[in-house]
Amino acid sequence: MTPGAATAVKLPDAGAGRVRIALVGSPNTGKTTLFNALTGASARVGNYPGVTVERREGMLRGATRAVSILDLPGTYALEGETPDEQIVSRVLRGAIPGEPVPDALLIVADATTLRRGLGLVYEALERGRPSLLAVTMIDEAHARGGRLDLPALARRLGIHVLGVVGHRGIGIEQLKRFLEHPEEWPRRWTPRPDASATERFLWVDQVCSEIGAGTLARDTRTDHIDRVLLHPVAGLAVFALVMLLLFQGVFSWAVPAMDAIDGAVGALGRWSHAVLPASWLTDLWADGVLAGVGSVLIFLPQILILFTALHVLNDVGYMARAAFVVDRVMGWVGLQGRSFVPLLSCYACAVPGIMAARTIASPRERLATILVAPFMTCSARLPVYTLLIAAFVPARRLLGPIGLQGVTMLGLYGLGVAAALGSAALLNSTLLRGKISVFYMELPPYRWPTAGLLARQVWGSARAFVRRAGTIILATSVVLWVLLNVPQAPPDPARSPAAQAQADLQASAAATIGHALEPAIAPLGFDWKIGVGLVASLAAREVIVSTLAQIYAVGDADDFAGLLVAIKDDRDPQTGRPVFTLPVALSLLVFFVFALQCTSTIVVMAQETGSWRWPALAFSYMLALAWLASFVTFRAATFFWA
Amino acid sequence: MTTGGTIPLTALPPGRRGRLAAPGPGEELPRRLRDLGFVPDTELQVVRRAPLGDPVEIEIRGYRLCLRLAQLRGLRVRVEEEGA
Repeated sequence: MTPGAATAVKLPDAGAGRVRIALVGSPNTGKTTLFNALTGASARVGNYPGVTVERREGMLRGATRAVSILDLPGTYALEGETPDEQIVSRVLRGAIPGEPVPDALLIVADATTLRRGLGLVYEALERGRPSLLAVTMIDEAHARGGRLDLPALARRLGIHVLGVVGHRGIGIEQLKRFLEHPEEWPRRWTPRPDASATERFLWVDQVCSEIGAGTLARDTRTDHIDRVLLHPVAGLAVFALVMLLLFQGVFSWAVPAMDAIDGAVGALGRWSHAVLPASWLTDLWADGVLAGVGSVLIFLPQILILFTALHVLNDVGYMARAAFVVDRVMGWVGLQGRSFVPLLSCYACAVPGIMAARTIASPRERLATILVAPFMTCSARLPVYTLLIAAFVPARRLLGPIGLQGVTMLGLYGLGVAAALGSAALLNSTLLRGKISVFYMELPPYRWPTAGLLARQVWGSARAFVRRAGTIILATSVVLWVLLNVPQAPPDPARSPAAQAQADLQASAAATIGHALEPAIAPLGFDWKIGVGLVASLAAREVIVSTLAQIYAVGDADDFAGLLVAIKDDRDPQTGRPVFTLPVALSLLVFFVFALQCTSTIVVMAQETGSWRWPALAFSYMLALAWLASFVTFRAATFFWA
Repeated sequence: MTTGGTIPLTALPPGRRGRLAAPGPGEELPRRLRDLGFVPDTELQVVRRAPLGDPVEIEIRGYRLCLRLAQLRGLRVRVEEEGA
């Protein structure tokens, strides 16, 4: 056959001369690996309209003709009920506007699970489109003594059948040649439509015995490893150890890189101030835009570390085991084993944590996990906790080395977990009631991860974050900078720089907002200065510390001790009583436990759920909870201590 | 252990094989399970339970999958002869 337009028979729906081929297959069949092998790095990732199902399409690499490959979501049946499965059936029916019916189907089945996978092949062939079957993981089947007669399978199905090993490129070139000319594919058999599942699998068993797919030896290596990793005692210990390492990695190993980014952005800002003429434009550039870019980049080390770890654990096969081990506990509050790692990651930062929720296949549990994720005590709350606890909680020993300050800190962490789990249970019995929940997990064979795939996956996640969330985070931090700096107080050379900064802040729009907020936050024991801090903390929670430093004219935001003294000495100008007392500090701490004052989290939440509705709901719910909890805390603390 | 009768799948001890019994009259296997190959007379085995007791890993049709006990409620199996 000669390649090129001359040989191309006119295909139905081949809009713009392009051949559209859809990839159909179950999860864990190597479908995505195959997709990557066929399309290279050219995949365009988006969403199907109105749902949060990822749409991935790429062009066939090295083809003599424009062939697009659409990677449909993994599915076990063509008429399923989850959003993913419904997308598959709607695409195949042409029921999605702007999404033409694929010209041909590339069906993917895993050689080691053919006795299940052929059921889906049967359903796909019912559609009557030109079809080709790629049987993946033939190397693994071979290693387990499988002697698959693929030509016999091709005769039985009446279509081309090709054995491939996606990550090693075996069979890929031949498959590509076939994909260029779907109009030449044979189609000699069509299954009887409307067969029941029982009939379908009767047929599957028949075919499998004919082609020798019935008996594969056990994967003994996987069995041996599982005997340890899923052991009632050892399994739990390994789980705890892996999670500890993961937590440690995200929590502290990212710190040097984050400090470096912070330092570089800060240096660039100071340098800008030094070389550019002093004006508000320079301030906006250095303190608004540059700082905004910094606030996006600062997330990258954690995202890179977390996603590298997640992809390694996933490719090796441990992620599924971890979910298997912890599923029961998560099930108590209506979550799944797969929710555990995303929530754990939120201790470092909710942004990568929420992104990690992509690994949860069931839409209901995925949404619940995303919505409760911001309750987990992220590292941005830590500076706030440290400042307020050091200032107001007495350093009294309780028992041995355990002190009141440490117990308070632990209590705040515990409160966050309780709020997350309680809210998950609440969501499950209210908003998410009736939403489809799918629990289905396979424990894949243990495999060595491949560096190329790993790099591509991690790079993809990081790029998606910077491009989609980064732009909005940057925009909001510029807006917040404007609020905190416009209008400015008239410059007064008699003032010290710290006093001038204080005056500027007092004149700013944020101060106006802080004053306007005062009636709403006075019942919590907060004055307008804390109100300004709360507005500023929308950029990132820890910003309240530097904002308070500015309000109290401490001068250097890193002068922690100076700030401690300043807020302890602050007195109400009318009553002369201290502004910050233990009840106020406790109330503010509790507010920080509950409130969703983090623009980045809100943006990522919108990105990952595909709608602003969910972050809006989470923000209101968490704000209401924060207000109530702070109110109760303030009243109770005032009653007991004041 | 009876050979003619059936026991709940959730009571099948790990390592023992059984065959999925046809559902009673007027009953149906859940659609999702049918799509996964849980059709009457299919041989299956509970491979292991999770360290905390739930979910369970089941071998069926030459592959393995994990399901929660709650999803398996109502499923009954005929137990194969010991040593078979």
